[in-house]
Amino acid sequence: MKTNNVGSKTTTYKVFSVIILVILAFLFVFPLYWIVTGAFKPAGDIYAQKPVWWPSEWVMDNFNELLAKRSAPLWELHIPFSQWFSEDHRPVVFSAGPVVPAAFRWLINAVFMAATAMILTCLTAAMAGYALAKKRFRGRAILFGLIICAMALPKQVILIPLLKEMNILRFTDTLWAVIFPTVGWPFGVFLMKQFSESIPGEILEAARVDGSGEIRTFGTIVLPMVKPGIGALAIFTFINCWNDYFMQLIMLTSGSNFTMPLGVATLQAETSINMGLLMAGAALAALPIIIVFLIFQKYFTQGITMGAVKG
Amino acid sequence: MAKNRQTMSRALQRREDIAGYLFMLPSLIFFLGFVVIPMFVCIGYSLTDATMHQQQTATQFVGFSNFAKLFQDKTFLEALRNTFVIVIVSVPTVCAFSLWVSSAIYKLSGPVLSAFRCIFYLPVVTGSVAVTVVWKWMFDNYTGIINTALKGIGVIDKNINFLGDSKWALWCIILILFTTSVGQPIVLYVSALGNVDQGLVEAAKVDGATDFQVFWKIKWAQMMPTTLYILVITTINSFQCFALIQLLTSGGSGTNTVMYHIYYMAFKLTEQAGHFGYANAMGVVLAIFIGILSALQFRLAKEK
Amino acid sequence: MKNIRKALALMLALCMAVSLFACSGGGGTAESTPPATEPAEQQSEAQPTDGGDEPSGGMAKSITLWTYPIGKWGNEEEVLKMTSAFTEATGIEVKVEYLAYTDGDDKVNSALSSGNAPDLIMEGPERLVANWGANGHMVDLSDLFDSTDMDEINAVNEGVMKACTHTSGAIYEYPLVMTAHCMAINKNAFEAAGALEYVDLEKHTWTTENFIKAVEALYAEYGDTVGAVYCKGQGGDQGTRALVNNMYGGTFTNAEHTAYTWDDPLNVEALEQLRGMDGIAFDASLEGGDEIAKFYQGVLKMAFCWNIAQQLDPNSAHGDPGKTVTGDDIVFMAFPSKDGTAKLQGGIWGFGIFDSKDAGRIAAAKEFIKFMCDSEHTADAVKTANYFAVRTKAGGADLSNIWADNEIMAEYNVLMPMLGDYYQVTTNWAQARTSWWNMLQKVGEGADVAESVAQYAKEASGG
Repeated sequence: MKTNNVGSKTTTYKVFSVIILVILAFLFVFPLYWIVTGAFKPAGDIYAQKPVWWPSEWVMDNFNELLAKRSAPLWELHIPFSQWFSEDHRPVVFSAGPVVPAAFRWLINAVFMAATAMILTCLTAAMAGYALAKKRFRGRAILFGLIICAMALPKQVILIPLLKEMNILRFTDTLWAVIFPTVGWPFGVFLMKQFSESIPGEILEAARVDGSGEIRTFGTIVLPMVKPGIGALAIFTFINCWNDYFMQLIMLTSGSNFTMPLGVATLQAETSINMGLLMAGAALAALPIIIVFLIFQKYFTQGITMGAVKG
Repeated sequence: MAKNRQTMSRALQRREDIAGYLFMLPSLIFFLGFVVIPMFVCIGYSLTDATMHQQQTATQFVGFSNFAKLFQDKTFLEALRNTFVIVIVSVPTVCAFSLWVSSAIYKLSGPVLSAFRCIFYLPVVTGSVAVTVVWKWMFDNYTGIINTALKGIGVIDKNINFLGDSKWALWCIILILFTTSVGQPIVLYVSALGNVDQGLVEAAKVDGATDFQVFWKIKWAQMMPTTLYILVITTINSFQCFALIQLLTSGGSGTNTVMYHIYYMAFKLTEQAGHFGYANAMGVVLAIFIGILSALQFRLAKEK
Repeated sequence: MKNIRKALALMLALCMAVSLFACSGGGGTAESTPPATEPAEQQSEAQPTDGGDEPSGGMAKSITLWTYPIGKWGNEEEVLKMTSAFTEATGIEVKVEYLAYTDGDDKVNSALSSGNAPDLIMEGPERLVANWGANGHMVDLSDLFDSTDMDEINAVNEGVMKACTHTSGAIYEYPLVMTAHCMAINKNAFEAAGALEYVDLEKHTWTTENFIKAVEALYAEYGDTVGAVYCKGQGGDQGTRALVNNMYGGTFTNAEHTAYTWDDPLNVEALEQLRGMDGIAFDASLEGGDEIAKFYQGVLKMAFCWNIAQQLDPNSAHGDPGKTVTGDDIVFMAFPSKDGTAKLQGGIWGFGIFDSKDAGRIAAAKEFIKFMCDSEHTADAVKTANYFAVRTKAGGADLSNIWADNEIMAEYNVLMPMLGDYYQVTTNWAQARTSWWNMLQKVGEGADVAESVAQYAKEASGG
């Protein structure tokens, strides 16, 4: 179909674009390369006045120093609202495990925080998204409008009221103070609504005629159909919560409640010179989400596509 | 709504109401409790002269004077301008760039495509703090790798103070934001391009449509929902650049944004620190702008 | 189905309760009642139930301390030694959090707003007295001082107690250590550039003229920036202030600490001079900590953000005392001035107590202060900070000789007589230091010096 002229033009363009893509790919990989090599560089390479491209020797010094820097108990769990039931009106805190290097605790905290936010968001958003898409309840349009308007709102806007509220609920300096606002962020509901739109109304109608209750319909018909969407939302929420440095910064004050990203940021404020130490921290902070991403990668690309395209 | 009511009996409508709200409930608790209510409190605050030093001075209602002051505050106006520069530059570039990359890679063979997708997604999964910390090191004025490399290939002969010079700093931040924003749009566009109805494309070609027409009239139109979604997440992302600003420049060298300035007003140790009323007024202004922006995006997308 | 409906009903009830609570909380904050006091009341109500196993005298059994990195008070291992000694002696547990200068203030302010402030804080009068104290967040510590304490402190330097006392007469900081801030040079680099003749290595002083010549010589040798007027943020601003003020004898505030005088033409002259020098760069990507990091790395040949703690443990990197990472010798110097007699900026550090409205916790915190600042343990507390004691004796123990075995400390004593006025408690101080580095950024970008100086000095005075 194509003339020769067009063909050669397309080929030039293709070669050209592949070259550009490779250069870009290099630029995108470089920061991660710099983190990983930096984490294993000996002090001499780190402090060198001319950057060293490849570690002269791979050492664990930076990780050892990171682990020796601070310590914290392995695990503590603050029970939400327990101050209403406890005898001394103070929140109940379960604590377990020996004192370990704080970096371990930060990792555990971050994973707990992101995973809890992920589970809660997926649950609530799947239900709400389904309702918004398929239930013709009154006030639906207003609610959806509110959700759209609030979706891009940066959390800095409500920073002060949120702090006061957390203080009243006694969540300050607990991971819940980061988790709950993340769950409240309406993006997940929007996403799940887009997915749920694609559920054919006839199937739901048929289920109702068969006498299936609302809950059963939701569990056996809706959930399986929006599963890819939930997968996409799960990864999205996990990464977003992990990266929500701002909420972690203002809500978490004691070193044992830090998350890995916050811990790394704090280290950077403390030691602006020891880049090796910072890179070791950055590597530890990046590792868990890279693993999560690689595990769910396939699921992720599939899921996100369907929702967006069919929306 | 009216049509529904005609077709549905009253009992049925009630049933829908109850079911709808019960399904909404768990989500609504969090949404109202941690977003909507704080937002209203924020509006309330913005009309007062509340400070963090409330032991000493009682809070008073001051009407709209905070807002009047805001629009004479040079620092705030500069922050507002920077915020818009970031959003206006990064949203279209991210969309256009990811569309170009996707169209260049979507026909490549499986593993290669996969590899490219992963690579462009890497900065997202590395985490914003880790990425910021490493870029800070790379941008370093004295021993940074970027200055060294540029000097090495002879582009510059004196180190550029990327993060300390207001000619560069904001653009550096936009660049980093860009690398952490394009991952998802690329994944989305690749799949959307793959899902374009090939029958329509062929038919158009038979009718003598040019490549450009095919792209614009068919592919672009079919990818509209994807584009809308990308616009939304990129806008969200662009407003989340707090970590970059705080960790790289602390709002100096012309990189102050409203998001950072609110934090600064609320907590930095200056005599204006803890002026919650004023900080919240900024928040309200920002929220109004964002609300308009979001509504506009949806309007545009719906019209197309 | 019934079970599910019941579960849903329960959930609904729970959620209503939560949102109701959130509502009432939210509503409360919007009104004029100060919400910050609510949790404090709750806490004080909760306190008596702890009473059963209290150590003694109605004291809380556990307190929190937040410290800035003051010498080794930012090092967990060293601080644990001090706090466990305290716990052993009194039975009171101390939970320590470590703040950085970059965002430590923000954390404290955020904690104050959310009712989560620590009991004890360790820093200097410019924060404890001029800011949190003046704004009513601190406890008056006057009852901790008797006339012997006053005498012991005044015998070292009369300015210390003045700095720790608010204009209202309340004392918001119990001082522990002090020092004079100075600058440092890379001796090997100076030697290589042939610039050693411009410095008096014995007295650790130099004149402005020689400073300019030395920078020229260094620039000729290295062809790059050798000293940075850092201005990213307020960290280490004492260095840039002292540099500018000392060059031609300008002042920062008036002697009564009531007004800012840095629109002084002598300061304008100094800024013009610095900006015109090839080897000196105004760098808005660095703050004090970054600058000494670059100096320590050997990139910069002089650091303006230096003091004895840096000299003993350069950049807290646990390398050799007084050496850069490349093994060059670091020599501490007074700032250059017209006649070679600089007025150095003092640094005072000590403890303050945040007002938790909880007598038990305040009493325990006071116990901690007495233990650290006025007992036989003070010597260790001072040594942990790597600075000089603010008093001659504490709890009967002599403090004048605690650094006798340390050569560097002994040598550093030549700078101490140059200690100038402690002006960091002037009204509007926090704004002034912000305006200061904003001004440096503007000047560095090429704005008219006299104009910028006038503009920001006015801003500092609240104009």
